[in-house]
Amino acid sequence: MRIDLVARNGRSRLVEIAAPLVALIAAMAIGGLLVALLGKSPVQAFFVYFVDPLMESWSLQELAVKATPLVIIAVGLCFCFRANLWNIGAEGQFILGGAMGGWIALLTHGGAGGWWILPAMLLTGALAGLAYALIPALLRVWLGVSEILTSLMLVYIAQFFLDYMVRGPWRDPKGFNFPVTVNFADAATLPQLFDGGRMHAGVLIAIVVALVAALVFSRSLFGYEVRLVGAAPRAARFAGFDDRRLTLSVFAISGALAGLAGIVEVSGQIGQLQPSISPGYGFTAIIVAFLGRLSPIGIVVAGLVLALTYIGGESAQVAMKLPFYLTGAFQGILLMCVLAADVFTRYRLSVQFGRAA
Amino acid sequence: MKRLLTIATALTLSLAGSAFAQNTGKLKIGFVYVGPVGDFGYSYQHDQGRQALQKALGDKVETTFLENVPENDSERSIEQLARTGHKLIFTTSFGFMDPTLKVAKRYPNVFFEHATGFKRDKNVATYSAKFHEGRYIIGQIAGKMTKTNTIGYVASFPIPEVVSGINAFIRGAQTVNPNIKVKIVWANTWFDPGKEADAAKALLAQGADIISQHTDSAAPLQEAEKAGKLGFGQASDMERFAPKAQLTSIVDDWSTYYISRAKLVLENKWTSTDTWDGIGDKAVVMAPFKNMPDDVKKMAEETTAAIAGGKLHPFKCPVLDQAGKDQCKPGAAALEDGQILGMNWYVKGIDDKVPQ
Repeated sequence: MRIDLVARNGRSRLVEIAAPLVALIAAMAIGGLLVALLGKSPVQAFFVYFVDPLMESWSLQELAVKATPLVIIAVGLCFCFRANLWNIGAEGQFILGGAMGGWIALLTHGGAGGWWILPAMLLTGALAGLAYALIPALLRVWLGVSEILTSLMLVYIAQFFLDYMVRGPWRDPKGFNFPVTVNFADAATLPQLFDGGRMHAGVLIAIVVALVAALVFSRSLFGYEVRLVGAAPRAARFAGFDDRRLTLSVFAISGALAGLAGIVEVSGQIGQLQPSISPGYGFTAIIVAFLGRLSPIGIVVAGLVLALTYIGGESAQVAMKLPFYLTGAFQGILLMCVLAADVFTRYRLSVQFGRAA
Repeated sequence: MKRLLTIATALTLSLAGSAFAQNTGKLKIGFVYVGPVGDFGYSYQHDQGRQALQKALGDKVETTFLENVPENDSERSIEQLARTGHKLIFTTSFGFMDPTLKVAKRYPNVFFEHATGFKRDKNVATYSAKFHEGRYIIGQIAGKMTKTNTIGYVASFPIPEVVSGINAFIRGAQTVNPNIKVKIVWANTWFDPGKEADAAKALLAQGADIISQHTDSAAPLQEAEKAGKLGFGQASDMERFAPKAQLTSIVDDWSTYYISRAKLVLENKWTSTDTWDGIGDKAVVMAPFKNMPDDVKKMAEETTAAIAGGKLHPFKCPVLDQAGKDQCKPGAAALEDGQILGMNWYVKGIDDKVPQ
């Protein structure tokens, strides 16, 4: 017997839309099987994971809060990834953005406040992320150094920079030497949007970022350039596009957005600087970018789905005493199913019995 | 169609079932852990406390835990417990401090207990244990048992709890061995067996023949066992991971505290307090002294008894810092609790700097 993948001729719109849904259903079926093997009800698990969090204002707001950093980073990453450039260091740009934006909050702490503090924090965060992302981009353009390695290694430097600052110069003077900064003043905190939940103004920023990016990709020459360089670099060069300038541009965009996500998270969710401000959002966002098929609107959906698995996973620990690791396993299953579905939209399975010719 | 109806009925029933379970009149108690319950160290020990509580109070309580909760995204997890009817919530790591306070403000009728922090509120109590008492004892043992006069110390983060542990350790060691040296490696993690093992390997390669650790996995102790050297367990009795290497272990026993706090809630007598129990209160327990000669064992047992009875204080005055200056308040018998809880300096004899 011989199994082949044969390329499909053309791809129908229907298949493209149906594929992720089929993947989601398949992942749920496999996850349900795992739950059943653990001796719990898969039906109840389905509701606790995927339905209950969507039924209440509190958990809907939490969903948006959790998805916000993922979406902002992933939208930035899709500029790089579409141009076939690999910024693996969004985690570092996120941390540096949060740190430098948070620094403004610390500098102005105890002062008179003012409307300008928040915009200044957001701008500083974005610029810090932008500058930090330009390091691997410039090294690539000037010296041909692989941006995958340099951007990844810069993550650790950012982590230790923040760690050092929070343990030393930025430490709360009244904090018994514990490594946390003061709690930010109201003027340095992104406002909450509703009572009875934690949804903050950063959620709106994420939506605007995704919409603007979608317009850039579909309507602007720059968006076309990014797509073209990614799909056909030689053709793009013949068409007169400058791929060095493009490299710098997409890294600048993704760095700025990762930095913005960092300061949004610090100012909206955490409310102070800690030695660590990210449970790995910069890396999870890579998954979100691909789950969302490198399209800004897809990324919003993917970010929400992933956030749902986190929050549903917690509910399942509380309500059904299901293990924490099931959530991680389910996220992995989901990604595998989406990738598999992706393959089957482009190829079909051909099974031949008997000896191959 | 009929099958659809059956499914729908089953769904409704299972939903109703889950809603019903939330209203049984039991006191619901939640725990938030920073690591996995399978770390066999710090979080494991809190979970042992939870299980003891469940066993002691039986069907009067229902306990739930959330494990592996990242400190920088914990507010939601704590609130999940508060809004699902948990009336008493233990948040068991320092980094949960500000999130616990924020959630507590929104749920004034829920009682919160935060471990190892210093901020309280009318419905937020704090609790910790005097781990440094155990560190003093293992320091003494290490001082006697070392042949190279070099101890390797795998530390997590330079917070006061860890720094005071290092100081208590060397003060214990100095009472029996004035030449002792402590080499410290900061692993910058509470739980990462790979990193912790690397730190221990580096220390062994630098001539340490005893490994002490203030990180939560058994990895450093296991490295000592592999190298044929000695070591101490952390937070729980780790003898099964290193039967030949473990001299003893500083075991955190939270069960007494957890049971007493739950009883207070059941009796409507809970108030916000700050609890700091040690060996005398059985919150810190020494695992059996093994792999050492009888005279060392006897010394360790006597020191343990002296600390438990209040006759010996690990930070008995004078307490000289690295510059040789006495840090005691004039006329004090020992350092004050506040000085230990905020410690960010080393005592004389440590040839290193506290990372700042």
